[in-house]
Amino acid sequence: MKSGTIHQNDGKLALAHIAVAYTALFLGAIAGLLQAFVRSGTLELPAGIGYYQLLTAHGVLLALVFTTFFIIGFLYASMSRTTGELITIAKKAGWIGFWLMTIGTAITTVMILLNKATVLYTFYAPLKASPWFYIGLTLVVVGSWVSGFGMFRQYAVWKKENDGKTSPLLSFMAVATMILWLIATLGVAITVLFQFIPWSFGLTDKINVLLSRTLFWYFGHPLVYFWLLPTYMVWYVIIPKIIGGKIFSDSLARLAFALFILFSIPVGFHHQILESGIDPFWKFLQIVLTFMVVIPSLMTAFALFATFEMSGREKGARGLFGWVKTLPWSDVRFFAPFMGMLIFIPGGAGGIINASNQMNQVIHNTLWVTGHFHLTVATTVALTFFGVSYWLIPHLTGRTLTPRLNKLGMIQTVFWCVGMLLMSGAMHTVGLFGAPRRTAYTTYGDHPQALEWMSYQTIMAVGGAILFVAILMILFIVIRLATTAPKGTEEFPVGEVRDDAEKTPLLLENWKIWIGLSVILIAIAYTIPLIDIIENAPSSPGFKFW
Amino acid sequence: MHMHKLEKIWLVIGTATLVMFLTIVGISAFAQGHHPPSDKTVLDPEKVDSTKPFDQPGLRKIGENEYELVLISQAFSFLPNEIKIPEGAKVHIVVTSKDVVHGLEIVGTNVNMMVTPGHVNSHTYTFKKSGSYLVICNEYCGAGHQMMSTKIEVTET
Repeated sequence: MKSGTIHQNDGKLALAHIAVAYTALFLGAIAGLLQAFVRSGTLELPAGIGYYQLLTAHGVLLALVFTTFFIIGFLYASMSRTTGELITIAKKAGWIGFWLMTIGTAITTVMILLNKATVLYTFYAPLKASPWFYIGLTLVVVGSWVSGFGMFRQYAVWKKENDGKTSPLLSFMAVATMILWLIATLGVAITVLFQFIPWSFGLTDKINVLLSRTLFWYFGHPLVYFWLLPTYMVWYVIIPKIIGGKIFSDSLARLAFALFILFSIPVGFHHQILESGIDPFWKFLQIVLTFMVVIPSLMTAFALFATFEMSGREKGARGLFGWVKTLPWSDVRFFAPFMGMLIFIPGGAGGIINASNQMNQVIHNTLWVTGHFHLTVATTVALTFFGVSYWLIPHLTGRTLTPRLNKLGMIQTVFWCVGMLLMSGAMHTVGLFGAPRRTAYTTYGDHPQALEWMSYQTIMAVGGAILFVAILMILFIVIRLATTAPKGTEEFPVGEVRDDAEKTPLLLENWKIWIGLSVILIAIAYTIPLIDIIENAPSSPGFKFW
Repeated sequence: MHMHKLEKIWLVIGTATLVMFLTIVGISAFAQGHHPPSDKTVLDPEKVDSTKPFDQPGLRKIGENEYELVLISQAFSFLPNEIKIPEGAKVHIVVTSKDVVHGLEIVGTNVNMMVTPGHVNSHTYTFKKSGSYLVICNEYCGAGHQMMSTKIEVTET
């Protein structure tokens, strides 16, 4: 095995995850395309398929399955690349995790297709799905835990063997991501295991609705950071190598990740700002904690642009913005994630509006929110993951990204951005006018206010169609890279820290401190309101309204 | 840990802006009373029809051009179905759900809140302009969710 490459057996594990991820992407995208046409009033679904059934499939397959599988595959590949071939227990955990997640996904998807779980991917009680829908989701989460423990073990063994040394940045970030995921999924695990499963089997008559929603959103917000941290891994560590530069600062990158763990979890109430039964004081406290992520976000933005500028100047760029021209604009491994970064600027700004105590009332549950996360997760995160696929898949299959596939990837990225600009732009605008999210085609009895929304919904469908073409392109590229692209060696790029960088303080790798602080913040933000909810919130029987 | 001078400036400006922003949001909420809808009243979700004030849904005058509007959300409609309010009236909206989670949004206004079974939610709004206001459910509640709406006619006085 050459240095800088991944052992073949580890590669298989990563590839298996990526294969399921792209299968989910394809199925979820078909659902998305149909939804966009139904909502614009241009299509009526045949054969008794429901709009909300498609919406459930779209959310579960893309937001949960595509992301989780791709992330775990990428993290395992990163561990293997930076800490050496996976130890037996880590590899075993990876495969057990993979099969648990795959079986779980299959059960959940079948339940959705059978129309036994049209509850959307947030499955708000007291809408009651088949117990198998919840069991499938449980297997996905449990599988991801097993994989996480495999990575923790791999990391611990590396630390032991390299006494006292700072771990490779990429492996540190992988571990940070899985720690965040583990703490976050505890919430959804508790509500599913102790509330939804017994209730859907009929063992309990009623469910505490507010408690289930609160536990869901305890998980629901860090979920978006579980998508973002691997994206930041690429930006912090992979991109500097691709552009021929160095990592701006190893210490600050680690500090940013630690701060993301702290401030992404005790903040779920900002998804429940307009909800009864939660005291406004606790909502405000969690909103303040929510906005603390601005600090590591600003650090990230600074580090990325500093890397760009410094590498440009080293190549001889002059003037204030001369370095912009030195960036590898025709290399899709850079271009796709870079467009993701760019779109994260309006995406993040929209997020600030969403989480603002009062402004939330203007946009809550409107299409604005749908537009928001189609910028953040469906563009920033998705384009970055596509950017990874262009080199990771051929690296693992012993093939190369040809200039033609690179060019097709560039076109794919442009299609994605144009399609999203139309779709998400229209969603944001019509959301401000009040058009609700998660709603099938309706004119509300030709009410003039609702009729004003129609042209925007047509633009959404046009954008959605362009996005679907882009999906077909990425699938074509991915399949080529996995099966028929020319044999060769594709680099797994890992950036290096600047030579003049000082040593990384050991404090940053002291997980006890970060996990301890995280637990304290969670306890402060949630203990009193949770006790209040458990004591006072009424329980409700279940309903199946689809 | 070393931090670049420019990064320090960048973070100081960013953090100062953040503090200012949160202060404004906080003053608006706590000093000026602009809290988001957070009613803590609870009721038995299976006995909505016999629980006050939901035993008599509708508009009730409680003062000089001031009203209480009692609404019930249920799959897939609002009770009452036709609402007439005089222009300029200050209306205290009180709402609950008889079944699943719904949303209450009056299009073109800032009235927007979650309606959770077992809980009451409330918000006060002054209808300054006359016209037909569309009221919709903006939280998925089942196969007929897109049909769930009503109208408020704000009449000129």
